[in-house]
Amino acid sequence: MSGSFDMNRNRAVDWALVVYVVLAYVFVFAPIAASFVFSFNSDRFPSIPLGEFSLDWYRAVATDPLVWEGARNTLFVGVIVGICSTALGFGAAYTDYRYKFAGKQVYLALALLPPTIPVIILGLAMLAYLSRINLSGNALSVIISHVVVCAPFAMAIIRLRLSQMDPALEPAAWNLGASEWMAMRHVIVPFCAPAIFGALFITMAVSFDEFAVAWFVSGLNETLPVKVLGFLQGQVSPRINAIGTFVFILSMTLVILAQLLLSGRGAKPADQE
Amino acid sequence: MSRDTLVSFEGVVKTFGGFVAVKKLDFEIKKGEFLAIMGSSGCGKTTTLRMLAGLEAPTEGVIRLSGKPINDLPTWSRDTPMVWQSLALFPFLNVRENVEFALKMRGVGKAERRRRAEQWLDRMQITEFAERNISQLSGGQRQRVALARSLVVEPEILLLDEPLSALDAALKVRMQSVLKNLQRETGITFVYVTHSQSEAFSMADRVVIMSRGVIEQIGTPQEIYRTPRTRFVADFLGSSNLFSGKVRSGTVGFELDAAVGTLRLASPATVGETATLTVLDTKTHLSTTAPAGSVNAVPVKVIGEEFVGATATVYLETAQGQEIRVQKSHDELTGLPLGIGQPLYVWWNPEDGHLVGEG
Repeated sequence: MSGSFDMNRNRAVDWALVVYVVLAYVFVFAPIAASFVFSFNSDRFPSIPLGEFSLDWYRAVATDPLVWEGARNTLFVGVIVGICSTALGFGAAYTDYRYKFAGKQVYLALALLPPTIPVIILGLAMLAYLSRINLSGNALSVIISHVVVCAPFAMAIIRLRLSQMDPALEPAAWNLGASEWMAMRHVIVPFCAPAIFGALFITMAVSFDEFAVAWFVSGLNETLPVKVLGFLQGQVSPRINAIGTFVFILSMTLVILAQLLLSGRGAKPADQE
Repeated sequence: MSRDTLVSFEGVVKTFGGFVAVKKLDFEIKKGEFLAIMGSSGCGKTTTLRMLAGLEAPTEGVIRLSGKPINDLPTWSRDTPMVWQSLALFPFLNVRENVEFALKMRGVGKAERRRRAEQWLDRMQITEFAERNISQLSGGQRQRVALARSLVVEPEILLLDEPLSALDAALKVRMQSVLKNLQRETGITFVYVTHSQSEAFSMADRVVIMSRGVIEQIGTPQEIYRTPRTRFVADFLGSSNLFSGKVRSGTVGFELDAAVGTLRLASPATVGETATLTVLDTKTHLSTTAPAGSVNAVPVKVIGEEFVGATATVYLETAQGQEIRVQKSHDELTGLPLGIGQPLYVWWNPEDGHLVGEG
């Protein structure tokens, strides 16, 4: 809100809206903030007043080989899922942009369908299917399942970017001597670059956070969220808060990076006047 | 086909599903000429250009470039660069990289690419913007980048698809002279698609007028302006008064039995045929009394007046309700009573009338 007076606005309404927005954010972020605060608290149980400041729980987490294994699995899966789903999503989005064909609506509906399926159902179905073809219980099964969940996000992001492109840009490249592959490399991909990196980070973040499907199909190669559940079932430990803070910061970093890319100067359609 | 023909369209037809965009094109583009293709939207002019560029495939017929059929050649192997209505500059490349693009696609080395791009940046007077992003340029500067980007490969032919339509009036006139000079200096054949009569007539050596997928007339701007071949062309140009009627044999020559009265014709015509007489609004005159002698005169009432620069257009109406326009300089109109409803006579010499078919 700017400081200057605007006679067309009611100050009381303005203030009410500010209070409303602040309250909404407090409600959403309070649990995460609490987890963050208690991760530095020396007490065994989360209670007020707080005990002393302590990094004990981080130390405990950092020395736990099970946590490291989970983190390694999460990162490994996340990076590969990010790359595969972005590539798939790009292909799907470009197909939609470039070609007209019978059944295109069905194609689009199917391509965007996976995130609308309840994750429990998807996880169960993945487990049943992957175990039948002897692919369940390893990192590859988590990767396959996560690509199914993530690719539609990548497609949606890249499709939006393509829709902002001047439809004459690609034919202009052909007309200037670029073959279809050259136009793809020198025009389509550079134009979509912000969205491609954005999709990469978002899909990685989704994979990092995804629990339900991974729980069904990961077997012994548990990702971090699955490990956390394991901890919780055994005992309630403030170590959870430390892991939670770590995962939260990692995911937020990726999401913020993606946001910067997608809303930055480079993402604007440059030819508008 | 003569030796100075660069492009020929031979029986070219283009349909999109059930829609016929181009009915049957048979015409030639000469080497080094500035050809404008003009018509209202949907007349097939842009489709014609896109077929020449290789962005649409003809449904029937052959397009030849320097005598060779190019129907099956993809656009990237044609050397028919196009300046787009949206300009379609690459927003993620700077000005220099945009200009170098076509050379890069042809595998020209870095140093050579830079040298040739430099020449065109200089020629289009955009060297100082070479490292800028496209979004930092004004409309006129973008036009120049688009021209440099297309011309850097030094093609034999340049296609332009209404490239000036986004500019304001003053800049448009300036770019017209830039284009005309460029064409004259380089000798490159320009094919310029537009819906604007002023753009086409001020730049082109020859103008093609299209309507509903067919060519209505091809000729120099003067030919088309003075002697429109069809009623459509005369109507489209909007600078003539039209009178329709049956031709008959009169006492001294041929006459047209029009709604406004009997009009003398200066040239022979087929008796009994329905025809349209066109008279340029600059060739019509006004008087307060019925003019004597062998001129055509029609009694009218003044219904309005319009000023554009040094000329004025007087709008008049006949007793039958037909509108007639007379264009004069302000000086020529002084002394004439021009109040609304004022009865006057419009007259012209039969030699200034021109008969066209109904087509």
